[in-house]
Amino acid sequence: MMTLLLLFFPLLAALLVLLGGSKLASKLALGLAVVELAFTGYAVNVFQSSGPEAFYVFHEWIASPRVGFHLAIDGLSLVMLLLTNFLIPIIILSAFNRNTPNAAGYFSLILLMQFALVGVFMAMDGLLYYIFWELALIPIYFIALRWGGKNRVAITLKFFIYTLAGSLLMLFGFIMLYWYNPDQSFDIRELYRIYISDGNQSWLFWMFFLAFAIKIPIVPFHTWQADTYRESPTQGTMLLSGIMLKMGTYSLIRWLLPILPMGVAKWGPLAITLCVIGIVYASIIAIKQRNLKNLLAYSSLAHVGLIAAWIFALNIQGLQGSVVQMVAHGVNVVGLFFCADIIFNRTHTNESNELGGIRNLAPQFSTMFIIIVLGSVALPLTNGFIGEFLLLYGIYEYNTWLSAFAGLTIILGAVYMLRMYKKVMLGESGIRVPEFPDLYWNEKLALGILVVVIIAMGIYPKPIMDMAEPVLQTILNKTII
Amino acid sequence: MTETITNNPTLTFLGLMIPLLPLMGFLVNGLLGKYLPKGSTGWIGSLAVLSSFICVLLIFKDLGASEAIQIDLFNWISFGNIDISFGLWIDSLTMIMLMVVTGIGFLIHLYSIGYMHDDAGFTRFFVYLNLFIFFMLLLVMGSNYLMMFIGWEGVGLCSYLLIGFWFKNEAYNDAAQKAFVMNRIGDLGFLLGMFFILFHFGTLDIQAVEGLASSMSANSTLLIGITLLLFVGAIGKSAQLPLYTWLPDAMAGPTPVSALIHAATMVTAGIYMIVRSNVLFAMAPTTLTVILWIGVATSVFAAVIGLKQNDIKKVLAYSTVSQLGLMFAALGLGAFSSGIFHLVTHAFFKALLFLGAGSVIHALHGEQDIRNMGGLKKLIPVTYLTFILASLAISGFPLLSGFFSKDEILAHAFEQNKLIWIILFVSSLLTAFYMFRLVFLTFFNNFRGTEATRHHIHESPWTMTVPLIVLCVLAVVGGLIGLPSVFHVSHLLGTYLSSVTEPSASLLHHGEKISHTMEIGLMSLAGLAAILMILYARRKYITLKAMPEGDNELTGLPKLIYHKFYVDEIFESLIVNPVFRMSEWLGNFFDKQVVDRVVNATGDIMDSGGRTLRLLQTGNTGFYVFAMVIGMVVLFIIRLLI
Amino acid sequence: MEQAAHLVPLNWYLFLSSFLFCIGVMGVLFRRNAIIILMCIELMLNSVNLLLVAFSAYSGNSDGQVFVFFIMVVAAAEVAVGLSLLISIYRNTGSTDIDVLNKLKW
Repeated sequence: MMTLLLLFFPLLAALLVLLGGSKLASKLALGLAVVELAFTGYAVNVFQSSGPEAFYVFHEWIASPRVGFHLAIDGLSLVMLLLTNFLIPIIILSAFNRNTPNAAGYFSLILLMQFALVGVFMAMDGLLYYIFWELALIPIYFIALRWGGKNRVAITLKFFIYTLAGSLLMLFGFIMLYWYNPDQSFDIRELYRIYISDGNQSWLFWMFFLAFAIKIPIVPFHTWQADTYRESPTQGTMLLSGIMLKMGTYSLIRWLLPILPMGVAKWGPLAITLCVIGIVYASIIAIKQRNLKNLLAYSSLAHVGLIAAWIFALNIQGLQGSVVQMVAHGVNVVGLFFCADIIFNRTHTNESNELGGIRNLAPQFSTMFIIIVLGSVALPLTNGFIGEFLLLYGIYEYNTWLSAFAGLTIILGAVYMLRMYKKVMLGESGIRVPEFPDLYWNEKLALGILVVVIIAMGIYPKPIMDMAEPVLQTILNKTII
Repeated sequence: MTETITNNPTLTFLGLMIPLLPLMGFLVNGLLGKYLPKGSTGWIGSLAVLSSFICVLLIFKDLGASEAIQIDLFNWISFGNIDISFGLWIDSLTMIMLMVVTGIGFLIHLYSIGYMHDDAGFTRFFVYLNLFIFFMLLLVMGSNYLMMFIGWEGVGLCSYLLIGFWFKNEAYNDAAQKAFVMNRIGDLGFLLGMFFILFHFGTLDIQAVEGLASSMSANSTLLIGITLLLFVGAIGKSAQLPLYTWLPDAMAGPTPVSALIHAATMVTAGIYMIVRSNVLFAMAPTTLTVILWIGVATSVFAAVIGLKQNDIKKVLAYSTVSQLGLMFAALGLGAFSSGIFHLVTHAFFKALLFLGAGSVIHALHGEQDIRNMGGLKKLIPVTYLTFILASLAISGFPLLSGFFSKDEILAHAFEQNKLIWIILFVSSLLTAFYMFRLVFLTFFNNFRGTEATRHHIHESPWTMTVPLIVLCVLAVVGGLIGLPSVFHVSHLLGTYLSSVTEPSASLLHHGEKISHTMEIGLMSLAGLAAILMILYARRKYITLKAMPEGDNELTGLPKLIYHKFYVDEIFESLIVNPVFRMSEWLGNFFDKQVVDRVVNATGDIMDSGGRTLRLLQTGNTGFYVFAMVIGMVVLFIIRLLI
Repeated sequence: MEQAAHLVPLNWYLFLSSFLFCIGVMGVLFRRNAIIILMCIELMLNSVNLLLVAFSAYSGNSDGQVFVFFIMVVAAAEVAVGLSLLISIYRNTGSTDIDVLNKLKW
């Protein structure tokens, strides 16, 4: 019951917001999203007292092909749900006072997106999961298309087709799995059990991997990313980078590792190499990006590359690190894009050479911004550090040299983030910064919450780690051939 | 382990308060600072550190030299069977560092109240300073390497914030960023070192690691790897070759910052870390040799550069690098307690020198070039007196603090390797020379600045002079904590630290202990040489009134030295610029023209394919029918052939 | 029945119907008048019908003859539709030449 409520409440909320009209939309959406967050909080409570059994939902849905309406929430899902349902109110809050045209549609789409994301994280049937996965693409496509920047049409089209192409491979993969399964079903419990020959695992691995790699994205499948982030409205960018990317990394853990252990064993090293090259590649590119949003896109690329890499390192600290870092990255990147939006909102530019000197004019904003920047360069006692420590250690266990190479991101990250901060915030006032009002109440609230979370997670990450650990251990055991 | 853990709840509470008080100061000033009356924030910050210092003293009173306090707050990170706790550890070594950090920290806070009085960022300054003290305390109190690493990176952050304190100035911001990034390079080494430790020992707890390490075979590749990586961290943080270039640039920060962070505390973190893990390092003699030579090289290299600098703070900065090199040389010789001894005395006199320099700069309204100073002796007497005593101390003038600590290191060098001794001896002579070059040019002869500036010169307020005087006393008598054995008194510091350094002492091969006569001889030689160098400087700069050349008049070697051997430029062209160019190439060309083009090509092929194939749609029915028939015939033929 | 059927050898039927079919194909390919093309298509259909009936008779299985009825029905419907389309085309263009009908291209 709880599970269904968690899943369908955002859908209901989306409808209500749509019917409620544009005047009320932002407040109504925020209220409903907070209610959903409260539900999630309650779910955590239930989870801790009675375990994952309380959330099991199963109904026969389609007889042929056999598709079950199977939902479940385990520790891993719960962490992802927490992330999603925590970030959505923040994202909505960030859109306050922005005079969005047709606000009802906008906020309704955000909530629809939440519905799909929640579905992805709790669906335990391949086809059902696939439906939510694709459903998530629709709202974001319209958000970017309708409310985006100048070149939105061409860029959203590319984004849509690119990710859709990847997803189709995954659908293909699921259909193959269906036929390999003697009981012919998409249910995850059965998929975890079936035997698939070595050669077939390789094919399936690439089908799934490409789908996830495009979504995450992993270099060289990333070229849609920077453009899309730049052209989407900020809330769209936040949804994409904060949550939607995590669909990919989450799915690597949930679907790829346990179902295709031999494929992972065979091709994992290649995937790690790809990821690690991508990390350094993206970090280096980020140094010289002039557009703030582009820079953040490449930095995000470097971070998620790290997450993906250490998932394939196949050890518990790597997986733990990946979960922590998914949450940390979600929080940080939303904060960073919000800061970029605040700057854009006041100066109408994100080009760093037109900015500068904001530090003098808006001390509160600068403080919040630097804390988020520090979180993203993984300073100890911020959330980013826990993740990166675990992840680099995970890769270290896998291969010493690789971890030293991936560790370069620590240096390069500091270089590009601080360079960016210096150019945008410090120095004398830039040409587009004649004046810069400090934070409004909604911005202060949203950034304040993010900053508190960044520090709290850095000091006490244990709850998140403990929540996910049993699931990760189970999944890890399945990858041992 | 030779240390026993006490469970005295009072001590535990006090131990906990030590880092918490500055943290509270940070929070109060940071969150409520703008509601507090102007000026009070400085006092809040100072009092927070003072109360922390009092806690340290209270613990010092009750904690025996071979006792330790362990505080485990909570389980921080756990995975698999590894638990890393958020824990603190206080033993004699920690106590020494705590006294230096909070004691000198407090004095510098007090000084800053006067120094920063007119600055618009007064409150912000104390917020950063308190945060720095907090992180520095975590660094020295951390019971495991990860806790140490929090402090390690945290002080780096504060250093970044404080170097770039005047953030409108682009050059300062660049210096701040450079400091952070160079520290990060070291930090990566430290991080990898931690991974090695965690992987092979299964724990990051320093005491446990030390225990495990002592039972391993000496000089194994693993131990060498671990210690070298940790040492890379120390190189970055403590500004050794080749990662020292950030420290002179870091002088962009307000002068109290240079005194606190870039002389007395943060930059000595590398030395503290190595002494803290002395067993680990003692088990890897190869690493010790590396440390020794890097320390020696840095010491003499920086001293040479110091000879030709004209910025009062730059001279002190290179002097700091040189002195840190000396400390590393001591560690490389296995003389861990001597390293700490010099760390402590150096903290006294170098903090004093910086504060004195700050007082000079304050009096001259920001002038830092010694060519525009001179004759300040009468105008700012307190500063002059304390500054000259500190200079005597650093030069190794007999019976002042620096004399004893430096001499102890030189004696160790003499015991083990005469060549090292010679180089270090030369380096200390250079130190005496450039320090007195600085003193004579600044305080003697006639004032060389404008009349308007001269008119405004005045002694600093009491909040600035009191710290000078206190530090001066310490710089003079600080040597008493480590008198050499020729005086037939016990080496107080060495004894106090023995519980920490003893485990490693047995592991190290020491050279022949030199005789007392020999030692006295060496001491006299060093003292005499220092005095001679001072006299030579006096002759050159007072009697002959020599002046440093203008920036463009230099040629040959002096020019090379003046430009710091072009190390910055070399780094720039070898590392920074290639990376930047690569970034541009990858971002503008490779990513867009190669990777993305492949992606777009997929779409373009579909597009042009459709464009071409649609031409078959002629609209001519006859053509369709013809195509159909041909198609059928082809199908028939294929069917027949197969 | 069998005897009578064998009076004409099967091959003859095959040759005849192939011949008719080819005439149909050629007509479709080379004539330009839509009505004649339609008639040629009918010719092809009927050649196939002939073949079906012949085989049906020789194998003693009546399925083929049933098919022929189907085809005749379909062909009739097709002719009706086709001719009405042709009339409509003629009304619009004033011609039944298929080369005129090239508007549906690209």
